[in-house]
Amino acid sequence: MEHYLSIFVKTIFIENMALSFFLGMCTFLAVSKKVSTAIGLGVAVVVVLGLAVPANQIIYQAILAPGALDSLMGITDPKESIDLSFLSFITFIGVIAALVQILEMLLDKYFPALYQALGIFLPLITVNCAIFGAVSFMVAKNLTLGESVVYGVGSGIGWMLAIVLMAGLREKMKYSDVPNGLKGLGITFITAGLMAFGFLSFGGISL
Amino acid sequence: MSSDTKKVLFGPVVDNNPIALQVLGVCSALAVTSSMANALVMTLAVIVVTAFSNLFISIIRNQIPSSVRIIVQMAIIASLVIVVDQVLKAFSYQLSKELSVYIGLIITNCIVMGRAEAFAMKEKPGVSFLDGIGNGLGYGAVLMVVAFFRELLGFGKIFGMEVLPLVQNGGWYQGNGLLVLPFSSFFIIGLIIWAVRQWKPEQVEKD
Repeated sequence: MEHYLSIFVKTIFIENMALSFFLGMCTFLAVSKKVSTAIGLGVAVVVVLGLAVPANQIIYQAILAPGALDSLMGITDPKESIDLSFLSFITFIGVIAALVQILEMLLDKYFPALYQALGIFLPLITVNCAIFGAVSFMVAKNLTLGESVVYGVGSGIGWMLAIVLMAGLREKMKYSDVPNGLKGLGITFITAGLMAFGFLSFGGISL
Repeated sequence: MSSDTKKVLFGPVVDNNPIALQVLGVCSALAVTSSMANALVMTLAVIVVTAFSNLFISIIRNQIPSSVRIIVQMAIIASLVIVVDQVLKAFSYQLSKELSVYIGLIITNCIVMGRAEAFAMKEKPGVSFLDGIGNGLGYGAVLMVVAFFRELLGFGKIFGMEVLPLVQNGGWYQGNGLLVLPFSSFFIIGLIIWAVRQWKPEQVEKD
């Protein structure tokens, strides 16, 4: 239990997807103008990450990992062992796209209110690199199924925290006098840099 | 070279830069710029993927049904990235380890997707290919400038060659610790945007 809790806290603060690994930056910078939309997108990311990371973990360990198919195909000679890991990118992106599509249909049928609220954000999530990044890290870290659930949900919450904070800052920034050339994107970059600087202070915590 | 070709090829470098103006492909711009060699490899990889994905998508653009076009584009892009990843692993294993998940993240790099959707779906193959190279160059230009400042001021080196001898090695230059950390690229990109917009005031955002 403690082990899972430490992964959870670590993915939210110390290894924050947006501010430590700079993943999902495109949406992070483009869709953080209002707090309400930031929360909607954040919830969608948490849900998709919580499903996509474990789903891909199962598929990777059962089919793609080196030697995973050997017992199924009855291969005993290590020289003929099947290694499909080169297919992992295309499989992951397919699984993510399919998941998002299924989620969209389910929400539309059973929770129309939530579907309306999330609106265009759901399909956009397919190309959000935070999802793909988390899945790649899951493979690189060799997580078990239980760990991958915690990792997915945790990194989703971390990303949501970052984008909501950013949107809050940008709402306030409307009232400040920014030099002309820095307006919009420029000052947003510098704000994000300062936030990442702040999150760096979590780096000293050891769990 | 006719003026149209020139515009497609070099327009994205300054006038319509994918990172500074279109807010595309920011994720990898931040994480891989600690050394110029890494930035150069990443630039080449992105140019290859963008150019060829634009070319192939443009060739089959009249055959793609619009309801499944995202999946088709994803499949083409993912296959190209797998090729790049395998080539890197074969010929430069050390670099591919350093770039870790960021090579895979080219799939979700919005530059590739964005150009496929906005340009290659409408234009002829030849000009789409050039547009891909142009946007790759624009992305690379920002990457190289950021990496130049980070490597020069952070480590006193350019492409691994010592330019400013560090105090630790008996020289006179005290390396700037801030620029060694990844988030410093936020500040550098913010300042680049400011500089470009002072030079070309028509890029300033209206709120």
